Amino acid sequence: PAEELERSEKLGGIGCSRKRKEDPRFIQGKGHYVDDIQLPGMLVGDFVRSPHAHARIKAIHKDKALAHPGVHAVLTAEDLAPLNLHWMPTLAGDKQMVLADGKVCFQNQEVAMVIADDRYIAADATELVEVEYEPLEVLVDPHQAMDDDAPVIRDDLEGQTEGFHSKRVHHNHIFTWDVGDKDATDKVFDEAEVTVTEKMLYQRVHPCPLETCGCVADFDKVKGELTVHITSQAPHVVRTVFSQLSGIAESKVHINAPDIGGGFGNKVGIYPGYVVATVASIVLGRPVKWVEDRIENLSTTAFARDYHMTGELAATSDGKILGLRTHVLADHGAFDACADPAKWPAGFFNICTGSYDIKTAYARVDGVYTNKCPGGVAYRCSFRVTEACYLIERMIDVLAQKLGMDKAEIRFKNFIRPEQFPYHSALGWEYDSGEYARALQKVLDACDYEGLRREQKEKRERGEIMGIGLCTFTEIVGAGPSRKCDILGVGMFDSAEIRVHPTGSVIARMGTKTQGQAHETTYAQIIATELGLNSDDIQIEEGNTDTAPYGLGTYGSRSTPVGGAATARAARKIRDKARKIAAHLMEVSEEDLDWTGEGFQVKGVPDQSTSMQQIAWAAYNNTPEGMEPGLEAVEYYDPPNMTYPFGAYLCVVDIDRYTGETRVRRFYALDDCGTRINPMVIEGQVHGGLTEAFAVAMGQELPYDGAGNIQGASLMDYFLPTMVESPHWETDHTVTPSPHHPIGAKGVGESSHVGGIPCFSNAINDALAQFGTTHVDMPHNAYRVWQTLHELKLDR
Amino acid sequence: MAKHAITLHINGQAHDVAVDSRELLIHTLREKLRLTGAHIGCETSHCGACTVDIDGVSVKSCTILAVQCDGAEVQTVEGLATPEGLHAVQEGFMQEHGLQCGFCTPGMLMRAYRFLQENPNPTEEEIRYGMAGNLCRCTGYNNIVKAVQYAARKLQDQAKGGQPA
Repeated sequence: PAEELERSEKLGGIGCSRKRKEDPRFIQGKGHYVDDIQLPGMLVGDFVRSPHAHARIKAIHKDKALAHPGVHAVLTAEDLAPLNLHWMPTLAGDKQMVLADGKVCFQNQEVAMVIADDRYIAADATELVEVEYEPLEVLVDPHQAMDDDAPVIRDDLEGQTEGFHSKRVHHNHIFTWDVGDKDATDKVFDEAEVTVTEKMLYQRVHPCPLETCGCVADFDKVKGELTVHITSQAPHVVRTVFSQLSGIAESKVHINAPDIGGGFGNKVGIYPGYVVATVASIVLGRPVKWVEDRIENLSTTAFARDYHMTGELAATSDGKILGLRTHVLADHGAFDACADPAKWPAGFFNICTGSYDIKTAYARVDGVYTNKCPGGVAYRCSFRVTEACYLIERMIDVLAQKLGMDKAEIRFKNFIRPEQFPYHSALGWEYDSGEYARALQKVLDACDYEGLRREQKEKRERGEIMGIGLCTFTEIVGAGPSRKCDILGVGMFDSAEIRVHPTGSVIARMGTKTQGQAHETTYAQIIATELGLNSDDIQIEEGNTDTAPYGLGTYGSRSTPVGGAATARAARKIRDKARKIAAHLMEVSEEDLDWTGEGFQVKGVPDQSTSMQQIAWAAYNNTPEGMEPGLEAVEYYDPPNMTYPFGAYLCVVDIDRYTGETRVRRFYALDDCGTRINPMVIEGQVHGGLTEAFAVAMGQELPYDGAGNIQGASLMDYFLPTMVESPHWETDHTVTPSPHHPIGAKGVGESSHVGGIPCFSNAINDALAQFGTTHVDMPHNAYRVWQTLHELKLDR
Repeated sequence: MAKHAITLHINGQAHDVAVDSRELLIHTLREKLRLTGAHIGCETSHCGACTVDIDGVSVKSCTILAVQCDGAEVQTVEGLATPEGLHAVQEGFMQEHGLQCGFCTPGMLMRAYRFLQENPNPTEEEIRYGMAGNLCRCTGYNNIVKAVQYAARKLQDQAKGGQPA
């Protein structure tokens, strides 16, 4: 209603495009990022890294480095072993070398850390550390990982046939995870009128936040307390882990995630740099800073994807999908450090039945070790939903092509219908809400889809190559219900603590951690609407584990679903108390009061009302008998389910047949994330995610050569689009609230990356489909598109 | 290593500072002068997060030595706002949601500040080319283009009104 809208604008509440509270400091250079921190006596650490992908370490010679003026220490695995810190546990239940323990398993792996007066001296000294290597046979192709004669990467696991997630059947096998009814699925495929199969690689890429990873570790020997300022998306989890690893009581470990220059999933896990800097600080009794450079970031921190997928669909000849079967070979690198809820080694890949009512399905994922950097889950993937979405959205196009069916029509035919929600998918998820056909129709109308198809047909006759990509995706975000989801044993709840001051302003803290998603603005909007207080007077903080309530952090687009829900519910606790105080002040019973949006009024007596400010003041000096003074509340929210936002995207590309260059003519993105807290911020999230999607689909990759050298791990080659390459984005929305969420809001931050990539890839594949190809792998850069055109003899 | 005594005129104020000959300007600004607005996003001179204005030119301060700047007029993001308020480019970025994590922002602002003096009335295409030395990972650039357009309009209005830009 208009009145609510007006109030929301006035208070800066839910639904208004409130300008960001973060901006004033950032536009004046007054942000506070890790490398801005300088402490008295602070030293700097820098790594000696492996030039080899796989080699034994015969000896490490520190003498020259230690003799260099300004060098305080050179730490190797030998120094960490007595503390049992030469290896560390990972979020995937595996362990990872902190410093090379007798061998190196991927290029640029951490071998030693030099601690020096400043970064220039530290860099000099790393050059003076001499390491003797004995090269070993290298494994880079995951398809050869489980060959009988494949090199042993993990000597430390020798004889261990039981992994964290399953039996291990080979020395390079990490896990096998499967879900669904295999026999029933096989039967459907045996009997189906039509089946299609396609192999596709979702190539290894990297989230590449503009700010790399880093920390300042500061151990106070006198107090026995450890403070670490860190680029962490999950600072509370880091505190628990650091306490467990160091033996320092959690109450004496102070983790502080300050402003973070983008995370994108890169800053979820714990990296060797954090651990060694902390050890160095404990050993030296001085603060130690570690900030990696871009090449180190790209080549040694969490990569994304590297799923080698085989997809299969079974259908009737008129396009009704009957079954999905898929197998994935997952390349996890040398250590399984893939960030996932503990019971989900392939994340939520089992959302791969997508937006379609597919009754029978089976998915299996095998993880293998290779001589590469660890990672897998990062870069707006929502725990492998990127891969799941790519698989189904590519496969549905492949099926449409085989049937000669329109790609929009086949989607309409198979969509889960609105009345089917909550919908139980064949692979185990319960989708909360959705109106898929309405969304796709809106996009098709907005872009004149039929006109585009006509144009494409005409162009084909003239020998011009135009592609139309569609993607109608369903996301799964907001991990998650603690019975299903935990991080190293901690249930994946999140939290909010809201305290109203006597004069009606508010301090509120959450267990999440923004890296640019505007939490300081949007959480305040939720509180503003719930409490009727002006969001300008509501201060939001995250990241300091001493002050913020325990939470699981920000990734998987979980902040709004979980932290946002906790915020609304904590605010409602405050409002419940406020109602009691208001009844006391106005000398009526609670039941006689109506919430006005800014306070309470006596039913039917508008001039008898009291505002939230008046109530706040009373909470400190005039509470009803037996009531605690003050006005504050905490909520730890264990979500009953994930939220399932969805979207319909359309992309039009024109390809130059002689050069393979692609021009994105149009990209139209409709997202439905339920109740929209701040449309301006959502739009910005969508733009950013679409640009990543463009980059991933059209140019990004991190390949390894046969010798295990990582290729293109710097901005010389790694494709980050500038303003010139980036397409113009058109956005749209519908609103289908989440029925189980306190304010009906779903997550959205990763949707545009998840849905954008298949949309681009489908557009390229749609353009080439006329020539008989069914699938070409990403990235679709000019050279690779030209290769396809060349093979088809189209470029002459 | 012998230090060089140099003078940098930063945001209108002279700073005497002793630097190694190999010291990059970005480190002098950030670590010696504590002007930590300018950032480091790469080591191959692509990202532009370190962009500052030196003697009227946009320069990536990771790719110039501090000693080369002896006597230079350097402007950083910290010097954009005046006691009268934010500069038009700052206001534009805030109004048009041209930033998220804020890490590219100081470099973007310093580039936009110079770009709009080079080209006070740019087309969208000119903005995209003119700002192409600056990478952003969050915004997808649409809103940065809008922010620069906003600033261009505001600067033109100020120029018409005879106010200082």
